[in-house]
Amino acid sequence: MKGALADRQLSFLALTNVAVLLAAVLLTGSGFIDLYNLQSMASQVPELGLLALGVMLAMLSGNGGIDLSGIALANLSGVVAYLVLRDTVSADDAPLVFTWSFAGIALAVGLAGGVLNGILVSHAGLTPIIATLGTQLFFTGIAVALTNGSAQTLGYVEPLDDFGNTPVLGVPQCFALFILIALLLGIVLRFSGFGIRLRLLGSNPKAAHYAGIPRRRMLFLTYTACGVLASVAGIVIAARTSSVKWDYGSSYVLIAILIAVMAGVRPEGGYGRVICVILSATALQMLSSLFNFMDISNFFRDFAWGVLLLLFLAASQIDLRAWIAPRH
Amino acid sequence: MTDIATTQPVPSTERSAFLRASYWLLRHPPVFTLILIVLVCLVVGSINPDFWQVSNLFDILRASVVRGLFALGVLVVLASGGLDVSFTAIAALVMYSVTMLATNWMPGMPIAVILALATFGGAALGAMNGILVDRLRAPSLIVTIGTQYVIRGFLLTFVGTALFMNIPGSMEAFGKLALIRYVEPNGAISTLPAFVLVLAVAAAVTWWMLERTLIGRAIYAVGGSPSVAERLGFSLRTVHVFVFAYAGLLAGIAGIMHVASNRLANPFDLAGTELDVIAAVILGGARITGGSGSVGGTLLGVVLITLVNNVLILVGIPTTLQLAIIGGFIVLAGAAFSIRRRP
Repeated sequence: MKGALADRQLSFLALTNVAVLLAAVLLTGSGFIDLYNLQSMASQVPELGLLALGVMLAMLSGNGGIDLSGIALANLSGVVAYLVLRDTVSADDAPLVFTWSFAGIALAVGLAGGVLNGILVSHAGLTPIIATLGTQLFFTGIAVALTNGSAQTLGYVEPLDDFGNTPVLGVPQCFALFILIALLLGIVLRFSGFGIRLRLLGSNPKAAHYAGIPRRRMLFLTYTACGVLASVAGIVIAARTSSVKWDYGSSYVLIAILIAVMAGVRPEGGYGRVICVILSATALQMLSSLFNFMDISNFFRDFAWGVLLLLFLAASQIDLRAWIAPRH
Repeated sequence: MTDIATTQPVPSTERSAFLRASYWLLRHPPVFTLILIVLVCLVVGSINPDFWQVSNLFDILRASVVRGLFALGVLVVLASGGLDVSFTAIAALVMYSVTMLATNWMPGMPIAVILALATFGGAALGAMNGILVDRLRAPSLIVTIGTQYVIRGFLLTFVGTALFMNIPGSMEAFGKLALIRYVEPNGAISTLPAFVLVLAVAAAVTWWMLERTLIGRAIYAVGGSPSVAERLGFSLRTVHVFVFAYAGLLAGIAGIMHVASNRLANPFDLAGTELDVIAAVILGGARITGGSGSVGGTLLGVVLITLVNNVLILVGIPTTLQLAIIGGFIVLAGAAFSIRRRP
């Protein structure tokens, strides 16, 4: 049953991608599918895709799992990395050192933030909603306090800028990294003991408990991974925009959840596929670019995302009924 | 949402006084919040004596009204085991459209009609939330994140984005109506606006509803355990629709209070204050998993958050740190109260 459901979701998402692409070409002309626009869309996918993968991981673990702190932690990692390096490493003299230490510090911040979320959810026993709501404010608050609320410009740092904006062999580097990370995550979830235990934990916590699955350690690792994913998103954002600020992507919390729900990840836990998250992220990105081409206001875009989220929640309801009802 | 309310830890008589005291505190979370309030007041007051002024007290009360109305709505939703983050969007849509309606078509609209319209509009939008939560069977947080964007997007796309600087006369008069007028020793006049009474009435009605009516029992029962409540004969759909409609109703009133006290209607206002409000309710002792929470505790939580927002500046803590402090409060309160769930 699960295979059929998954294939259905997968083919549905593939069709959605094609449909959006066709609609875009019909509405705006072939400019939409020239190499430049395709590359620019591809380089915009990773930041949201990575955050959505984090949301998927948290949802998989069940028990109302969700990570609301993703974009806040992404911004914080960028801000901290920039502030540490601003006075220690000159981006002009040693751009490569700057870039690698930027990535290293950002990842360390993401790891620390993820560990904090992990401890709160697994050991302190907080509900994921409350824990990540609190840390969302906390991370944002620290980023505001550190920067006094203003955006910080990185300036042009060649390797970092290349990573964000220059394609290699036609593929933007940050998109390639996103696909690589998604692939790794997919393999881990599908084939490793950790992935199988995580899905079991999400679909039936009681059975998982009696099967001897270490619940606390699983949750801790899951939320730590979410934090690391968020910091990778932070690096991508810094590379693409050449700046770090505390309020970048204010509606990303919604959009990351929307991507996960569109991908068929069950908010109650236990089910979700990485490939579906990728396809759902690309479909959403193409839709967003289409809105750009048609000069549609940001306000209407938020409206459309909200409607889409509700529609997909409704659609998943119908799917589940159709597939689960015959068993009873 | 599916957590079952577990039994509270029962302290045995042999345990030390400290343990008993901490267990007592954990069973009475509002006391914890009260202690924090007293501490903040004492510390701020000793560093900056300006804190002990009637005008400051009035400012805190005035600033608590809108947040307090929101918080009562969130309390009722939380008690039923749900979570609502769309109330600020409802308030913004209601306040802006009612102000627009009154300004453009009926400038002389009395405040009673304005309030009735806002109440009705807010309740209708809230009921929509409730129906969606019930029908989609998805976590209410995710559903209301969706409706929040739909409502705000609708407001800014289809209703309007321009400020209303000249609000209807009846609203302006209502906002200026003074309950207490106090003349400071130095001659400055500070007033306590009459609309704080709206919060008092809302708090009393909410308390009565939660503690003295069948729907109040039903809300706590559904929050404690939906499946048991359903077997007891409570209709989950009625409770879902009722709590979200109630939260929407209070949000509609809160929107009008916001316009009346600021004397302008800005459609971009109120966005992003959801987390403050949820923090206040959690600090007041309501569990996110439902089945608990009290009106008194919630009001204490609101006062604490308002204190953090208003008076930290008096002692030289930069306003940029407010977010981090409130986030820390949520995490601490959540951690402290989650101990209650342990067997």
